[in-house]
Amino acid sequence: MPQLPESKQKVKFYQTGTFTVGNRLLESDHRTVQATIDRSNSLDSGHRACQGCGEALGARFAIDAAMRATNNQLIAANATGCLEVFTTPYPETAWSIPWIHSLFGNASAVASGIAAALKVKGRSDVRVIAQGGDGGTTDIGFGCLSGTFDRNDDVLYICYNNQAYMNTGVQRSSATPAAARTATTQPVGEEPGNVFNTGKSVPLVAIAHQIPYVATASVHDLHDLELKVTKAMQIRGARYIEIFVPCPLGWGSLPGDTIKIARYAVECGMYPLIEGEYGEITAVTKIRRRVTVADYAKLQKRFAHVFKPENAYQLEQLQAIADRNIKRFDLVYREGDES
Amino acid sequence: MSKKSALQEKKPFAITLDVGTSLLNKTGSWRTSRPVYVDRLPPCNNACPAGENIQAWLFEAEEGNYEAAWRKIMEENPFPSIMGRVCYQPCETACNRVMLDESVGINSVERFLGDQAQKYDWKIAVGEPTGKRVMVVGAGPGGLAAAYHLRRFGHEVTVFESASKAGGMLRWGIPKYRLPREKLNREIDRIEEMGVEIRLDTPVEDLKAEMEAGGYDAAFLAVGAHTPKTLEIPVSGDTPVIEGITLLRDVELEQTKYLKGRVVVYGGGNTAMDVARSAKRLTGFTPKVIVRRARERMAAHDFEVHEALEEVVDILNLRTIKEIKGNIFVLEKMVPDDSGRPFPTGQFEEIEGDVLVMALGQDSELGMLRNLPDIEIKWGVVSVDAGMMTGHSGIFAGGDMVPSERTVTTAIGHGKKAARNIDAWLRGDRYQPAAKHQVVTHDMLNTWYYSDAPRTVRPTLEVIRRQSGFAEVIGDLNEENALFEARRCMSCGNCFECDNCYGICPDNAITKLGPGNRFAFKYDYCKGCGMCATECPCGAIEVVPEEI
Repeated sequence: MPQLPESKQKVKFYQTGTFTVGNRLLESDHRTVQATIDRSNSLDSGHRACQGCGEALGARFAIDAAMRATNNQLIAANATGCLEVFTTPYPETAWSIPWIHSLFGNASAVASGIAAALKVKGRSDVRVIAQGGDGGTTDIGFGCLSGTFDRNDDVLYICYNNQAYMNTGVQRSSATPAAARTATTQPVGEEPGNVFNTGKSVPLVAIAHQIPYVATASVHDLHDLELKVTKAMQIRGARYIEIFVPCPLGWGSLPGDTIKIARYAVECGMYPLIEGEYGEITAVTKIRRRVTVADYAKLQKRFAHVFKPENAYQLEQLQAIADRNIKRFDLVYREGDES
Repeated sequence: MSKKSALQEKKPFAITLDVGTSLLNKTGSWRTSRPVYVDRLPPCNNACPAGENIQAWLFEAEEGNYEAAWRKIMEENPFPSIMGRVCYQPCETACNRVMLDESVGINSVERFLGDQAQKYDWKIAVGEPTGKRVMVVGAGPGGLAAAYHLRRFGHEVTVFESASKAGGMLRWGIPKYRLPREKLNREIDRIEEMGVEIRLDTPVEDLKAEMEAGGYDAAFLAVGAHTPKTLEIPVSGDTPVIEGITLLRDVELEQTKYLKGRVVVYGGGNTAMDVARSAKRLTGFTPKVIVRRARERMAAHDFEVHEALEEVVDILNLRTIKEIKGNIFVLEKMVPDDSGRPFPTGQFEEIEGDVLVMALGQDSELGMLRNLPDIEIKWGVVSVDAGMMTGHSGIFAGGDMVPSERTVTTAIGHGKKAARNIDAWLRGDRYQPAAKHQVVTHDMLNTWYYSDAPRTVRPTLEVIRRQSGFAEVIGDLNEENALFEARRCMSCGNCFECDNCYGICPDNAITKLGPGNRFAFKYDYCKGCGMCATECPCGAIEVVPEEI
């Protein structure tokens, strides 16, 4: 019987393209690390994170990708926070990498120290990651972090941003968005929830340090996330990646909606995905299917009060923040853009 | 033991316990609901009158496994090359991809696969001989489909056909520009090559006598509907009146010299459209089609009306023909009531024409059943049970001669269903169809993951070329865009191994089993968050409550 010509390779289009984790129709080098059977599972089963934890997911995504990029030569220093607590209740550990926890605020300093020790020992093949939540990064560990950036130490700092102190009972951090309810920003009074025009964007602060690489990523777009971590591991010097990780407990959302909420946060413009190198913003990930801030907020009880008629102005202000991001970072496709 | 004590000696100050892995902590005990992998019923499969497993054959085609894809079709339908040309595509109407961009061009891929099979001469094996003999009356799509499936079960099959060629309405009712005859012949040849005997020019006068004489164990009747319905219209003068179905047959036999001048077609069904489009090609004049009902209530399928209008055919809706005086046709205007039923208005108008073609539908010729009183005939069609059996045990019927949609695909579906029931009946059994899975609706899908990909539109012959000839109107997909089109399938309700669940589980509680083997849950660790179900693009994971 005559054989049909092999045409699989010629056709560029693949059912779900590169939006799903793997896809059997994709060349294997176009699939993600997470799609492989032999991924390192740096953060393994049996950890005690809540159902649908975005941070547990983001950490495995990032560390597995970093493991792949460094040929498994990786040491991680961890700040205090959920990630530390749920992975290492003594004497158990869910980590399958060399891992150290010291204090809440000094993860980047510990990592800088490890990097210095490796340099002394001449082990340039072993790479160092520091990681923590937004509390340990944007508030408590901010001074040490800035020092690591300032000295351009060979450390990748990964911040898993779930926008509040979840471990201690959902208190506001400087990464908590405007209007959000936390234990310390109750939805009462004239301005319910977190106050507008407060907080900070550590990614932009990091870019201002003119370090070699800064990026934001989200658990909903794995290809984008892995690409950024891999790129970061190919660079020497101080690097910073912030990963958006929804928290079902703290945000009052369904555990099954974690990725959906991350997707909506990015696609409404509230959480722009950007990359910066040496002080300049060099790339943005465009929005594929734009949604409104209301679509995003209505999945979370922490924003429930903005849907009350008397608080309608808050929803409008949130939308204005998203619109400003879209304009500022040029997040939507325009005619002539290559999609 | 000595090893352990050595480890203990090395322990730093205040450390008393050995380090353990979190794998000892079976977090599956937290779970109140569990995800399970399911196979749901894609809407295309659900809509297919021939019961094709469309998602399954597109799955094969997506990887370029065209022969495997074709064989999947052939399990249900022996005519992919024909289907890809004449089917009314209820699958595409049902396709969930409509909600994203446009439906998947299932029909064009099927046609591509059917043509590949003809090009490479792929064959189908017959079953182990059973020694049973089955008589099939009518070599149309229903009869041939039944014969094909019965041969695959291993029964001996003889088909009785009154006409000089096999094919039934595929040949006599569907013009060449929709179904080239070499494609039709090749699909029928394949069935004959499987050992089905087709006796041409052999009408069955008395079924009971014929079955006894031939020693047949069972029979399947699919004689179709070929007798034109009539309507008395007063005609003065010598304007010829022709039956639409006769005209289409004469077009096939190339004996249409009588068709000259301005043709007026009476009727609003698919036959009327085919007649008008054929007349346009043969006469060059613009035919007029008189339709009693309004445009949106015409019996013809939308795309047929659309293609006819493209080729410049005048359709006059809400009119009846009152009388014909020479070249003058008197029409009465109708007006629809609230339910859309047309009523006469008493207002008349006149048009000119040279020939009247009546296309008001057809009846079945059922004279051969006269010695079988237990077979019920109601409204001109034969009553059958859910297994296609008539009131007479062992005699089955299908296609246009039983109550049905009267499409080719329905007839083929009847043929398959009847063959399965006949096979069971011959073994003294009763055919039990498999239970249907839940149909996938659009809200069960997570369409964010599908790339935006508009449909590959099949090239249509330029209008001017098709007005003057009988060349095929709809062109082919080539291999590259057929593959593209197949890959637009969203695989509704059936895992296509995108690795999403495996990748996005925060608890690493899914095992990937490797290509073709899908995935398995590790229920020891699954906390039941349900993210895998939310993020499954195709709706193949269901979350069910745990039993407590």
